[in-house]
Amino acid sequence: MESRRFSRPLIPPPVQQTLGFWLMRIISLVTVLPIVAVILYIIVRGLPAIHWEFLVGYPREGMRAGGILPAIVGTFYLTLGTAVVAVPLGVSAGVYMAEYAPDNRWTRLIRIAIINLAGIPSVVYGLFGLGLFVLFLGFGTSILASSLTLGIMTLPVIISTTEEALRAVPYSFRVVSISLGATRWETIWRIVLPQSLPGILTGVILGLERAAGETAPILFTGVAFFLPRLPTSPLDATMALPYHIFVISTQVPGMPVQIQYGTVLVLLAFVLTMNLIATLIRQRARARRQW
Amino acid sequence: MQSRAIYIYQERVINLIIKLSGYSSILFVTLILLFLAREGLPALSKAEISSLFGTRWYPIEGLYGIWPLLGGTLIVTIGAMLISLPLGIGTAIYISEVAPPWVNNLLKPLIEVLAGLPSVVLGFLGIQVLAPFLRPFLNLPTGLTAFTGSVLLAMISIPTIVSIAEDAFNTVPPSYRQAALALGATRWQTIWGITLPAARSGVLTALMLGVGRAIGETMAVMMVTGNAPVLPQGLNALFMPVRTMTATIASEMGEVATGSPHYHVLFFIGVVLFVLSLGVNIAASSVSMKTRKRSERVLS
Repeated sequence: MESRRFSRPLIPPPVQQTLGFWLMRIISLVTVLPIVAVILYIIVRGLPAIHWEFLVGYPREGMRAGGILPAIVGTFYLTLGTAVVAVPLGVSAGVYMAEYAPDNRWTRLIRIAIINLAGIPSVVYGLFGLGLFVLFLGFGTSILASSLTLGIMTLPVIISTTEEALRAVPYSFRVVSISLGATRWETIWRIVLPQSLPGILTGVILGLERAAGETAPILFTGVAFFLPRLPTSPLDATMALPYHIFVISTQVPGMPVQIQYGTVLVLLAFVLTMNLIATLIRQRARARRQW
Repeated sequence: MQSRAIYIYQERVINLIIKLSGYSSILFVTLILLFLAREGLPALSKAEISSLFGTRWYPIEGLYGIWPLLGGTLIVTIGAMLISLPLGIGTAIYISEVAPPWVNNLLKPLIEVLAGLPSVVLGFLGIQVLAPFLRPFLNLPTGLTAFTGSVLLAMISIPTIVSIAEDAFNTVPPSYRQAALALGATRWQTIWGITLPAARSGVLTALMLGVGRAIGETMAVMMVTGNAPVLPQGLNALFMPVRTMTATIASEMGEVATGSPHYHVLFFIGVVLFVLSLGVNIAASSVSMKTRKRSERVLS
């Protein structure tokens, strides 16, 4: 070891650096090119399938023809339901972690719980939703059961991003507000939350984006194989885009490829739009921030 | 004066609600564990223990050996890490140490897009594009193998690995690099000799959370690994069909009768998955609890 360290290296360091940097460039390219390829490929293959009837029509002929409206509406409802469950709870839990939580054993326990919630496999959330919401509480396979399951799954993302956003607000803002006679809650509500809103929103949207694309948690809790009508109450089962893609790509023989790619493109557009909105909010907030 | 009293009362209620929300995470983890155990532990009495830890998964005949499924998860995960670890760490090094800002403004959003891609979309492309491509390429009887699953899982775990590793590199104090450069090291020598070793606990965390992500992934793996619950044997098992624990739950839960031994065994697999992910996450967070940003870890 020693002798090697002091002897002249086989390849001169500047050459090593050039080679090394190029290796990193190539690795990064290998990492991101498939992402670009996947998106472009789906757009190119899926676009011919997109027309008005496809988006607002009902599936016909065993889903081999017609549109995918029930799946689109279902995914919209599920995302909305997830937001209703996860946003108020997640944001207030994030406020607690950033503004209230003392540095003690309980807080550490909460942190461990949040980390674990984030790490539990999505299919295990599905089992949990089946056990608690569908069977034990008797909600049946329904939008309600699915939204609750997805909501709890999304919770850790929202809690963590909210806490992060609140902590980024300078301490002096709070000091000034309190010194003017505001209470703790008034300070949070009037000063800290508005300042951290873009960060919270970004986290919320990214969390919901993931929930919208999930299949495993809704598999046993609320999704229907085929349902040629729109759900009318939260206790109805529903079709959903991710599960529909799974069904038409593995369970239905003789499925026209165009409809498959079209459906994938619709889900991709849904998810990428949310992603784009989150990115724009973050960039605008970064540009405008004055502290 | 009275309005002031109401005001204080209101504030107290709000503070209480916030505190309860804060503690809700503990409640949910407990509930999840409780309901998994409630439905899963009866498997130990309803199915024969010897069959449960046997090497055959054949529910119709009451054979519920979880080794083939555990083996399937293991082999797919190892394959995924062999691909995603070099790619993920390399990309993280490039982003934090080498790339100019304009490149990062392209790379980072792309990685974030990958994090948001639904796994069912990747599974679909796995069936449509990747499997037909790999089959003649590797000269296999079928394209739906553990390896196909590994490639997709690698894509799915890359965002986690990149963001955590990048974080780890960013928390290495600049003075370390400055000292190395001042001693005449090249930037590349500094990366290899100083930054990477200094960030090794973060790299280890990235690996573990990547593993956690891979173990828990369901849809993509279920769609492309060929659905064959056989015990993987030897190295070429990577190029044979397998089935993971997650895929087994997802594909069979819809067809079992509530309360049957099969039903309880599927929940029991859920308990095993829960314990596995618990172990991975606690280990990962104890490696480097202090330096990393939490949201980054959770987000990807």
